[in-house]
Amino acid sequence: MPEGQGGAHLELRAVSKRFGGVRALESVSIQVSAGSVHALVGENGAGKSTLGKIIGGVITPDSGEIVLLGRPVRFHSPREALAHRVATIAQELAIVPGLSAAENVYLGIEPRRRGVVRRRELRRRYRELCDAVGFGVPDSAPAGSMRTADQQKVEILRALARDAELLVLDEPSAALGPAEVERLHEMIRSLRARGRTVVLVSHFLREVLEVADEVTVLRDGRVVRSGPAAGESEGSLVQAMLGRPLEQTFPPRVTPSEGAPVVLSVRHLRAPGVEDVSLELRAGEIVALSGLVGSGRTELAEAIVGLRRSVSGSVEVAGSRLGRRSPRRLLSRGLAMIPESRKEQGLLLDRPVRENAVLSVLDELSRLSYVRRRAERRTATEALRRVDVRAANAGVAANALSGGNQQKLLFARVLLCEPEVLVADEPTRGVDVGARRAIYDLLTAFAAEGRGVLVISSDVEEVLGIASRILVMRSGRLVAELEGATATEQDVVAAALLDPEGLAGVAGMAS
Amino acid sequence: MTLVEVSEPRRSTQPGAAAGGPPGGLRSRVLGAVDLRRGGIVLPFIGLFVVLAVTSPPFLTKDNLLNIVDQQASTLIPAAAATLVLVSGGIDLSIGAVYALAGVAAAHFALVTSPWLAIALALLIGLAVGLVNGVVTTIFRVNALIATLATSYVVSGIAGLATGGNIITDFNRPAFADLARTSFLTVRTSTWVTLFVVLALGFLLARTTTGRYMYAAGGNAEAARLAGVRVHQVRIVAFALSGTAAALGGVIDASRVLSAQSSAGTTLAFTVLAGIVVGGTSILGGQGAVWRSVVGVLFIALVGNGFDLLGLDPLYEQIALGALLVLAVGLDAWTRLRRT
Repeated sequence: MPEGQGGAHLELRAVSKRFGGVRALESVSIQVSAGSVHALVGENGAGKSTLGKIIGGVITPDSGEIVLLGRPVRFHSPREALAHRVATIAQELAIVPGLSAAENVYLGIEPRRRGVVRRRELRRRYRELCDAVGFGVPDSAPAGSMRTADQQKVEILRALARDAELLVLDEPSAALGPAEVERLHEMIRSLRARGRTVVLVSHFLREVLEVADEVTVLRDGRVVRSGPAAGESEGSLVQAMLGRPLEQTFPPRVTPSEGAPVVLSVRHLRAPGVEDVSLELRAGEIVALSGLVGSGRTELAEAIVGLRRSVSGSVEVAGSRLGRRSPRRLLSRGLAMIPESRKEQGLLLDRPVRENAVLSVLDELSRLSYVRRRAERRTATEALRRVDVRAANAGVAANALSGGNQQKLLFARVLLCEPEVLVADEPTRGVDVGARRAIYDLLTAFAAEGRGVLVISSDVEEVLGIASRILVMRSGRLVAELEGATATEQDVVAAALLDPEGLAGVAGMAS
Repeated sequence: MTLVEVSEPRRSTQPGAAAGGPPGGLRSRVLGAVDLRRGGIVLPFIGLFVVLAVTSPPFLTKDNLLNIVDQQASTLIPAAAATLVLVSGGIDLSIGAVYALAGVAAAHFALVTSPWLAIALALLIGLAVGLVNGVVTTIFRVNALIATLATSYVVSGIAGLATGGNIITDFNRPAFADLARTSFLTVRTSTWVTLFVVLALGFLLARTTTGRYMYAAGGNAEAARLAGVRVHQVRIVAFALSGTAAALGGVIDASRVLSAQSSAGTTLAFTVLAGIVVGGTSILGGQGAVWRSVVGVLFIALVGNGFDLLGLDPLYEQIALGALLVLAVGLDAWTRLRRT
């Protein structure tokens, strides 16, 4: 079967999939041209990931046909898909941390003689592969110590080493910083230039518009439209995804009033990954910490709240200095944090939404340690309504909520503590477009009530959209302070990168 | 993160669930009680109970049933407390050793002082071992499995040293038997004690802030800490209760037979864990309930009782128990898999 440019590499015909009683995909038909980058976009729950998984053989459809290079196929596992030269790079990377890049790439297909791996041959093949595809990863370090971006490359190389012709990339840029995303895009273009077909599942519409030739928009498990990306804009995609135009992305910017008191003051803070940082946050102000992944943003936040032991320096909340810091002490002194990872650091996924909401104030809702359940219910309901968490009821497990609602649930929890200062680490990560605005509204409303908000974000657009001040970090230091209203994306990125050697240093720190 | 996968099907459930409105929520709450997956062991327990009641006339008598419970006192009490340890994310393997040391200590002190003081001293020893377990596993960050295994060796050794390997008998101190041999309202005192402890610990876990924090600490320690929960403190409380309860078990058995020896209770930790796990409490923490452990322990007891009453070869009993245990844990893993 010829697979000339423009011919269909892959065609899905009326593919449907249900999970239990829930429809995930309903009669989806799309064509993926050979040698193209085909993006799948949609809100969380629209079915784009499910579709990507069906293509990669991770999920078997209930009905419908998959036609690969003109022949109908049916994959029951990623392994079968790979035999047809279709590979998936999942969001969760599957590398063996103790092995080098080359060893990971050839894992299971090592060149060997009588059961003994021929190491020199393995390295030679690896170099050839890297040359052939136009990108690579140094083979010196164990994969576990690499940056996420490099680990991703290792996985892509692994697929290519198994002669994959069609690669499904599931949210590849979700865990990457701006500069790494740029390199990922180069890599995708390089794959296309060498005749590979890429199916890109992505949240990021700008990324889609930048690299994709074709785009399929999904909503509620159905294809809204599927065709060339050339005619699309962010606005047109969002409208197709939501079925309605998106309201303004960001709420009106809040600015602190003249002479607003300082609510958080950090002086000469040093901690592992943080080099002598001083900053002040005033009441009614949203300050954003920007910088590359590994620039020390999260480390700084952790040092402030006491998750990371600081070597020296001081932290004051509302004028009173905090000695030994722990999350509990800080909460009682008026500083609350929304951690970077909802699932690992934020929620009790198996426990009811209600319990998650009141966890930090449970002592106040109990008498002699007995939980007053009526008070608990009332408080939880009120808090959940304030942040607009949409759950069937407050008794369902936090697990059952969508990403956006889980994030709002964490807001409900910290709002109940009525803190003076809120530190939010990547508050919109994994939150879909529709729910994002709600998070921005919450942050803005919080600041407007005269509290201070410190936002850590990899999303430069977000930083520019909501912050009154932007602090840029590099190598554990604050390197620039910008006005949110006047700064541009170039300003932020330039400050984050500034000198290329610094970048290399930062890259090393990320691991 | 597989955020997308997880939320995809579920998100679309919500309109459906919402359409059902409050009745849907109510239904799920009512069904939750008998939901097979969550109810776990309840239906098999009832089934086995009915089968035994039908096939063996002596089974369904007040004496036999009370006997089963009373025999299980020294398993039920530690199991109830160890449930709190498991829920809060730990595990206690020192139960058997503490049981033996407390029995020996109570029997020894009962020889020289009042039985009630002897019992109190034995319980204090259990409390102390529990506190050590708690501190070592939290503040010193030693894995609970290893830490409690280590303390169990130490505690066993102390019990052996104290007795010189001999049985301590209290036959001339009949007052020491009051705990296990007297009756109140035709039910033995030890059964009343068991009932009280189980209810108290069940209440603690299900209805108090401490209990909530145990679920939080076991479900996601990092999240709990960030939310202001004193994870260490909560776990130490759980271990302390577990130590005390194990000691109480040892004291009850020593009181029942008016003697104690340091080699007792060698398999108790595993029996207790088996009961807890069969009941449906997760060994991974964050999930479970005291009532489950009670049902689990009694289920195992019923299996044993059934083998006795029906005159089956007791060798098969162990095989049956082993199979049950794997089944219970497998079911737990399977439901976790399905949920994520």
